[in-house]
Amino acid sequence: MARYIARRLLLIVPLACAVVVVNFVIVHLAPGDPVNILVGEYGATPQFQAELRHRYGLDRPLVTQLGIYLQHAARGDLGYSLYFNESVVGLIASRLPATLLLMTSQLAIALGLGVTLGVAAARRPYSLTDNCASVVALVGYSMPVFWSGLLLILLLSTTLGWFPSGGMTTVRTAATGLAGAEDVLRHLVLPAITLALVNLALYVRLTRASMLEVLTFDYVRTARAKGLADRAVLVRHALRNALLPVVTVTGVDLGRMVGGAVLTETVFAWPGVGTLMYTALQTRDYPVIVGSFMLVSVAVLLANLLVDILYAVLDPRIQYR
Amino acid sequence: MATTPTAPVAPRPPHQPRRRASVAGRFMRNRAADAGAVMLLVLLAAAALAGSLATGSAQSIESAPLAPPGPGHVFGTDDLGRDIWSGVVYGARVSLLVGVLAAVTSAVLGVLVGAAAGYYAGWPDDLLMRVTEFFLVIPTFLLAMVLVAVLRPSLWTIIAAIGVLGWPGTARLVRAEFLALREREFVMAARAIGHGTARIIFRQILPNAAPPVIVSTSLGVGAAILTEAGLSFLGLGDPNLVSWGLMLRNSREFLRQAWWMPTFPGLAIFVTVLSLNLVGDGLNDALNPRLRRTAG
Repeated sequence: MARYIARRLLLIVPLACAVVVVNFVIVHLAPGDPVNILVGEYGATPQFQAELRHRYGLDRPLVTQLGIYLQHAARGDLGYSLYFNESVVGLIASRLPATLLLMTSQLAIALGLGVTLGVAAARRPYSLTDNCASVVALVGYSMPVFWSGLLLILLLSTTLGWFPSGGMTTVRTAATGLAGAEDVLRHLVLPAITLALVNLALYVRLTRASMLEVLTFDYVRTARAKGLADRAVLVRHALRNALLPVVTVTGVDLGRMVGGAVLTETVFAWPGVGTLMYTALQTRDYPVIVGSFMLVSVAVLLANLLVDILYAVLDPRIQYR
Repeated sequence: MATTPTAPVAPRPPHQPRRRASVAGRFMRNRAADAGAVMLLVLLAAAALAGSLATGSAQSIESAPLAPPGPGHVFGTDDLGRDIWSGVVYGARVSLLVGVLAAVTSAVLGVLVGAAAGYYAGWPDDLLMRVTEFFLVIPTFLLAMVLVAVLRPSLWTIIAAIGVLGWPGTARLVRAEFLALREREFVMAARAIGHGTARIIFRQILPNAAPPVIVSTSLGVGAAILTEAGLSFLGLGDPNLVSWGLMLRNSREFLRQAWWMPTFPGLAIFVTVLSLNLVGDGLNDALNPRLRRTAG
């Protein structure tokens, strides 16, 4: 197992390099001088531009430039934001906890609700429950996440006043401890639900299909023949195996979910990496935009690795090669 | 890298007789798919006739700002007094154009990559599949943001960015089909007669991969429309065009005063993507009757 994990960790290295190379290519595709991308449109003194040009070797051949770019990235130097007057890595690190909190909360809701709906649907295919679950999945799949977010604000925040419409904490009430946690939780509800609503669709469909398949297996019939209760058969026998594809797809789908998270954070002014990217877009702060993409991609690759390891733990049939 | 996800495939309900019907017949019998097709036709008509359907210009100031829906302005007006109905109708053009062109770009790229990987197998396959998995796993929406931001937002950079990032799904489907068919007799026969590689790939094997490509492309149009709307919402839309995402972006500051500003453009996106998903699912069921999800 340790060797398997080590091998998978090593595989991350070329993938992370690929992310950096993709960025390098994009920066050089840009019209005009790459230095403009490195400083953003916030304006920089000619001296600083010259310094950057030298530091990133922009006066040297392209291959050398790529090498220098990779070196900088490997050292964690993703550039400097003139707008925020801070290093890109530092900026992103300060925003990461908020994004992680939102992502884990929404994932918990989406998985819990999605799997439950999927099991309920598979229990009686083509029943009313099943059709309702299909409709929920279809609607969730077709809704733009930023629109459902705006509607939830309109309904539950501005009209009914149940939840705050944005941010992560109430300004000017420096609540700490339990009260502070409660404050954050109140702010978390709407963005987490918004994002979960979109993402649970996949889980409903997948769990349903996977359950329907597993339910035809002999061991399920055996369990039923033994006289086990319906619930025990469904949850303890069938669901355990039916969840395996759900785990896999969660890994592959993380990248898509992150896209939704950027939009959701923007709608709710949730102070995570997504809002940071949004602010950077408004000010054409390219180092932050490019750096965020790089770091988030590597984070997604790592999370994917975690999911794969989890899969290996859950499924004893997997060989750790 | 990620393990292959299991396609959501439900077994056929037991004792259900297999219908012998044409693809069109199966599609027509699927009421959800019909509803989707009708909605889609209405949307296409609206986009085509935008000029005469619009009750005013979507871009010029027409009347009182933030007027609620009522006679003259069925969907109300925005903060600058622009007619929202007209914006929604003109926005349909942008959304459908971007959606179709981006999805077709993705389909072409996916077919090329998938066909090359599946036909040649061996190391080209390994290499191409690693690249495919890479693009499948990384956050492509973020990459699209970077691309459009760096290349400057315009209709064409948006289509290119979405199209260039949407191909991995199609590539995997096409590759699977090619791997399954490359050793079959009809391919051997074509080779024996002396047909060229290109001819075998495109004329002999590819037609067999058409059904999954059609389905994934029709679902891809919806996904591309969602991405375009998301980009416009973040301020990465074409600055010279009215789009649904841009209208939603503008509505953010006026949620309290004008519920109609976010409601109608968002509804337009939702209905469009929903109809495309219904049609895509319907096509899937009609083209792959053995994998049918909905009861016949």
